[in-house]
Amino acid sequence: MPRGLSKKMLPWLFLAPMLLMITLAWIAPLVLTVYLGFTDLKINNFLAFIQDFFTDKVKLTLDNFRKIFYAEDPYVSETFKVTVFYVVSVLSVNAVYALILSIAIAYFVKNEILSMILRVTWLLPRITPGIIYALMWIWFIDPRYGLLNDMLRLMGAPEDWLPDSWLLRKPYSQVLMVMINGYVGASFGMIVYTAAIKSIPPDLINAALVDGASEFQVARRIIIPLLKWPILFVTAWQTLSLLSSYEYILMVWGAGSGQGYGIARSAGVMVWSLYSYAKAFAEYLYGYASALSLILVVIGLVLIILYFRIFGFKRLMEPSKVEV
Amino acid sequence: MMRVGIRKRKTRALLRRIAVIAVVLLIAVIPAIPIWLMYGWIISQSFSGRVILGILPSKLTIENWRFLWSPITMGEKEYPNIWPITLNTLFLALGVAGLVVLVSSLSGYALSRMDFKGRTGMMQFIIALHAFPSVILLIALFVILNKLGLYGKGFMTLVGIILIKAGLEIPMATWIIKGFFDSIPWDLEWAALVDGCSRWRAWRSIILPLVLPGIGAVSIFSFLSGWSEFLLVFTYVAQEEYYTLPVMIYHMIGEFIHIDWGMLAALGLFYAIPTIIFFSVSQKVLLKIYVGGVKG
Repeated sequence: MPRGLSKKMLPWLFLAPMLLMITLAWIAPLVLTVYLGFTDLKINNFLAFIQDFFTDKVKLTLDNFRKIFYAEDPYVSETFKVTVFYVVSVLSVNAVYALILSIAIAYFVKNEILSMILRVTWLLPRITPGIIYALMWIWFIDPRYGLLNDMLRLMGAPEDWLPDSWLLRKPYSQVLMVMINGYVGASFGMIVYTAAIKSIPPDLINAALVDGASEFQVARRIIIPLLKWPILFVTAWQTLSLLSSYEYILMVWGAGSGQGYGIARSAGVMVWSLYSYAKAFAEYLYGYASALSLILVVIGLVLIILYFRIFGFKRLMEPSKVEV
Repeated sequence: MMRVGIRKRKTRALLRRIAVIAVVLLIAVIPAIPIWLMYGWIISQSFSGRVILGILPSKLTIENWRFLWSPITMGEKEYPNIWPITLNTLFLALGVAGLVVLVSSLSGYALSRMDFKGRTGMMQFIIALHAFPSVILLIALFVILNKLGLYGKGFMTLVGIILIKAGLEIPMATWIIKGFFDSIPWDLEWAALVDGCSRWRAWRSIILPLVLPGIGAVSIFSFLSGWSEFLLVFTYVAQEEYYTLPVMIYHMIGEFIHIDWGMLAALGLFYAIPTIIFFSVSQKVLLKIYVGGVKG
């Protein structure tokens, strides 16, 4: 029965190009990352490996993981600490600060135009191409030309608190890393929360106001409890993307110092994913770098499975709906 | 007695009002000042020789934009002309957009309209990919690019990057286009089928016109993400003449910082033109898509 067969085949015909592309860009590299993580691939056996994936010049080994977990690479533990600091602090900007921000913009500010100006302002960092955003930060933090130090002076910061270099002086560079990523991240939370706040039935808020509740009480007792799922969603989603986001760090420290992204190490902003990147493309230790990535892959997969459990499939698809 | 009560309540209301304004100022306005300053700076710096107080232009000039008509030099070194680099960037962005739209409108249609075994599983798979941070795969993708013989081949490397970038964007684009198909009522297509249209004809003359706004949004979105792509080109392209604008700007910042802020600002602004245009034209739809983007 050719007709029935073609009916069965048709959807797959439509899906075939997508599956092909996904295989090339996702599945093959995922499998390859697992394989590479267990090899000693580096620059001197790389060509042999490209000709034949199973060449005996590349050895299967557990050394990479021994180096990571038994601290044979002395830098791993510091990278780990920096990464935890980075994820936790940017995440709190993204989830918590963005929550207050969106309540302020979408509920406290009653003037439509002002509210819109603020929303657009906070969105700019996300819309701007990364390298321009990086360039503006490089200018802004420059002690001589930029305005950050001047701004802090204006707000009353004593002179010896201000660093001669935001890029290289240690606690400052780490604060800077959180700020740069925080401004981009805050808008993600803002978009999700604002949509959710706007979908709260006005009757609910008006009833509370008539009963004598203040704006703060409305925010705390009505809006925030209703945003439970959006908050969880933003936290979950951003944890995943923060674990692997190093693009801004690479651009700001790499270009801003004029010496390449290796400078991130002494500035204390070398996060796990950037460390893996540097091991591969600056030191050509592809096997070891893949092992470092593989750890992130495993964490990512575990988190995704966890999220499917928590949210269920339906909720993951519709993140900004509020349930009243 | 009554009057005191009212006055007390009035003062309390006033205090609350002040507190609300204070929260708005502290949380939403003051931290936004750096953003305003940065955008103010890049615009006024690009047209002036010197800026006063960071953002006030003085000595208006178009000298900063000289890269548009003459090569940029730094000592002995001459940087590649801006126009070929712009063409590379355009090629990359258009390639990504074309491929993404072509592939994901097919798959989005299938997922929205066709019933087949494993449909739910396929959708879960796509959502999972969408959530998974793709930059982790950069090393393995480098190996694949080498295996395919596309590394270090100049123009062909850019083609390879288009394939990879499009592949990374496709799960999300499929999901968005599926959403647009979902919002078209079944009855419309059904009526056409009853009237004797073939499925292909129904798709072409009924569905496609209705879903065009969605396809437009996805193509703008993937164009912009190809236009802003930095890491793939930075990592995989070795020859300067095949750089794209962001990678060239990255290297120029390293060289010209402190020396020529004006040119850097002008270069940045030049590069941002498509983003500015597309955003002012279609911000509503784009914002919806941006929520799904995995960025910072």
